[in-house]
Amino acid sequence: MRFLPKSDAERRQMLEALGLESVEELFAQIPPELRLGRPLALEPGRSEFEVLEFMRACGRQNKTGLPCFLGAGAYYHYRPVVVETLASRGEFLTAYTPYQAEISQGLLTAIFEFQTMICQLTGMDVANASMYDGSTAMAEAALMARRITGREHVVVAASVHPEYREVLRTYAHNQAIRIREAPYDPESGAVNVRAAASLLDDNTAALIIQSPNFFGVVEPLGELAEAAHAAGALLIHAFSEAVSLGLLAPCEQADIVAGELQSFALPPSYGGPYAGVIATREKFVRQLPGRLVGQTTDTRGNRAFCLTLATREQHIRREKATSNICTNQALVALMATIFMTAYGKQGLRELAEQNLAKAHYLAARLPLRFRGPFFNEFVVRCEAQPPEAINRALAGRNIIGGLPLGRFYPELSDCMLLCVTEMIRREDMDRVAEVFQPGGAA
Amino acid sequence: MTGKARSHIVQDEPLVFEISAPGKRGCQLPPLDVPAVDAAEVLGAANVRREIEGFPELSEVEVVRHFTRLSTWNYAIDLGMYPLGSCTMKYNPRANEAAASVEGLLWAHPYQPEETVQGCLEIMARLERALAEITGMDAVSLQPAAGAHGELSGILLIRALLASRGNPRRKILIPDSAHGTNPATAAIAGYEVENIRSNERGMIDIEAFPSLVTEDVAALMITNPNTLGVFEVNIARIAEILHSKGALLYMDGANMNALVGITRPGDAGVDVLHLNLHKTFSTPHGGGGPGSGPVAVKKELEPFLPKPRLKQVNGQWRWDYDRPQSIGRVRAFYGNFGVLVRALAYIMACGPEGLRAATVDAVLNSNYVRKKLEPYYDLPHKEPSMHECVFSDRRQARHGVRTMDIAKRLIDYGFHPYTVAFPLIVPGALMIEPTESESLRELDLFIEAMIAIAREAEENPELVRTAPHTTRTSRVDEVTAARKPILRWRPER
Ligand SMILES: Cc1ncc(COP(=O)(O)O)c(C=O)c1O
Repeated sequence: MRFLPKSDAERRQMLEALGLESVEELFAQIPPELRLGRPLALEPGRSEFEVLEFMRACGRQNKTGLPCFLGAGAYYHYRPVVVETLASRGEFLTAYTPYQAEISQGLLTAIFEFQTMICQLTGMDVANASMYDGSTAMAEAALMARRITGREHVVVAASVHPEYREVLRTYAHNQAIRIREAPYDPESGAVNVRAAASLLDDNTAALIIQSPNFFGVVEPLGELAEAAHAAGALLIHAFSEAVSLGLLAPCEQADIVAGELQSFALPPSYGGPYAGVIATREKFVRQLPGRLVGQTTDTRGNRAFCLTLATREQHIRREKATSNICTNQALVALMATIFMTAYGKQGLRELAEQNLAKAHYLAARLPLRFRGPFFNEFVVRCEAQPPEAINRALAGRNIIGGLPLGRFYPELSDCMLLCVTEMIRREDMDRVAEVFQPGGAA
Repeated sequence: MTGKARSHIVQDEPLVFEISAPGKRGCQLPPLDVPAVDAAEVLGAANVRREIEGFPELSEVEVVRHFTRLSTWNYAIDLGMYPLGSCTMKYNPRANEAAASVEGLLWAHPYQPEETVQGCLEIMARLERALAEITGMDAVSLQPAAGAHGELSGILLIRALLASRGNPRRKILIPDSAHGTNPATAAIAGYEVENIRSNERGMIDIEAFPSLVTEDVAALMITNPNTLGVFEVNIARIAEILHSKGALLYMDGANMNALVGITRPGDAGVDVLHLNLHKTFSTPHGGGGPGSGPVAVKKELEPFLPKPRLKQVNGQWRWDYDRPQSIGRVRAFYGNFGVLVRALAYIMACGPEGLRAATVDAVLNSNYVRKKLEPYYDLPHKEPSMHECVFSDRRQARHGVRTMDIAKRLIDYGFHPYTVAFPLIVPGALMIEPTESESLRELDLFIEAMIAIAREAEENPELVRTAPHTTRTSRVDEVTAARKPILRWRPER
């Protein structure tokens, strides 16, 4: 076995040192009736060449490399080559969580930079060193709001990503947290502020709003924050498209920001690994879940970094911890840090502006379902034919179309969600617009 | 000094914010091929941000140097032995990185129609099958993103099954040797935690156990081998006792690397277990993730697994969302797919013989280290070791040298420390897990270093207490970091 660095002679030498005859004796304590008396029923071990051939064949079974108009929580963005080159250095890739600060300063420094950049983007004071993904970040933000306010329930906008809401339900279910959904306005596609306000009461911990929302629409976060605060609840701002942060103003009144950073780190990768993050106000830091890196000094007085405020965490507090999270998504957070640094202040804005311009180019040629302002996603009405037929017609033209919405919103079953990023060329948008013309899907 | 390390020059490097200069950039976009739009006009002026204050502005070469310099301040498996107990820092085959970077896999979108992502689904289906065979369980969900997330899914499954029988019950029993995620998980799942004391052998006291399993108990969370590296010999009996009282057995499979190919938890009566693909199945830890924590169950729990589930229809893989008894989703989409690709690549490369050989070598290595260090370090529990061994600092403490000091001194010898001060049932624990990836030469160097440190602890304890001495960063003041938290960079005023 090529991964095992010992010769048989060396194994025998070690057994001898242990006073054993055979390796089987190493397992003597396992009761014989529990031992598997046969080889595992798996295919025989294969060479590197064969394994990679298999994976490439799987890759070819997928339809990829085509212009793709899917977004909905997973986005196609250009990732500078240096992101992969640097993040795949063995010193980053093959290290554990940086418990031993003296020999982990590389990652600790990068995560400190990550926390800073997330604060700069979101307008918050502190950010954690990552969560599993945007959906679990949002669910944990809700639990955090409950600890901060001592209140029981949350109100979540119906315009939040449906799968994020499902995860919230899973997390909330066994903690007796009631979840109420604030409807979206059928005209604008944004949350109806008055309807949301009417659901808030003196036992509401938080109002959870995604912006841009699942329909791509920018929510009136300021007004919603006022409504939340008037009821004594927190405002949680969730996001799934991190590139929007390059252009959209952060909500100054938000109490917690919880989002997904896939756009900054990795291609869609069939849904993971991505990285979530939670950012918040300084006064709430003790209720923040997850790892935090802090600045300090070493005994020689040099600046140094280490994991800190661990008294929030499971390895110290056990059943009283803020969360059970241990392993997070550090390498993906590192990728996001490199991405943000490479694009930089101007580049990130330009990236966001290109997304905005391209999305508006295509949207201007299609029947929009909602009137609200949008970033790089929008909902179109499929007037002549159902969304599935349009997608089939697009597939025939080697284009992956949008997401039919009926599955998540029965009232929008004649609609699809389209996403346009900087990766999409104008010609391909023109071809999509053609298919939407009467008779165009034929 | 013995060891495998000599010092060399390391580059210094400020933070990105400190080397930024206005107007620099590290990335160029293609020209926009559609008309530009006025953001203030289409979004409303109030929705458009001012510039991102303080955000970095670096050229491409500076980006490369910055992160390369940072990387040289890190220790890693690629550099040498990383004997962090419980963390299973084994070699991460580079071919698995190549597998996960296959373009057709990397660029697949989670909402593509299923007929256009059959390759991804095939990989997931194969991995589910392989993990079921390895663990002796009936069904596997690949959705959870890490071990603790798998634990949460597993406990929610137990809760759902018991609730369907009429009563979810109130308590989860957890041995005092357990990892912190176990009690934290039980609490998040809405259970009370009852800690149970290990006996003097570091195991569950089988005589006292039945009386602990009351009508209120939903499950026991057990780690096997436990965090002392000891196999719970009574596991099958424990399962029987729980089952006879309507409770379930959850196994934390973080230490499954000691069992693969030798024994299967499912055959011992375990009802639910999670695996850490970033431990047993060699996917890189990445400095703290991404991992993957599949949860495996017996048949009666299958209806409750997170949705969607894979199913085959007319020879094609499909996602089945029609799962009325499911606990729901535990995350968006289907799991850390890229990590799953790496784990399957590893299982395929090893095959049944290779997987078993890895287990054998892991156990051989830990026993070898134990045997060689026993004369120098206190071994509080004498039960046979599996994949890791746990010493205490009792002998060195007499000279004022604690486990953390020994750990820091190991750094000077060119090694990553072992796990410090865990499990909690061993005061001053040194938890050593060599894994199968270490050659005899590397093991002997480690042993030599540990023996040298034991001598230093007697002859020159101050040297050990103030270690490390050769690193770019000397001992870090963690107390001040926590007392006066500085959690982000700010410009100097
Ligand atoms: C015994 C044990 N259980 C659970 C966990 C948690 O796994 P993860 O870090 O993947 O969430 C760990 C990892 O540190 C562990 O060692």
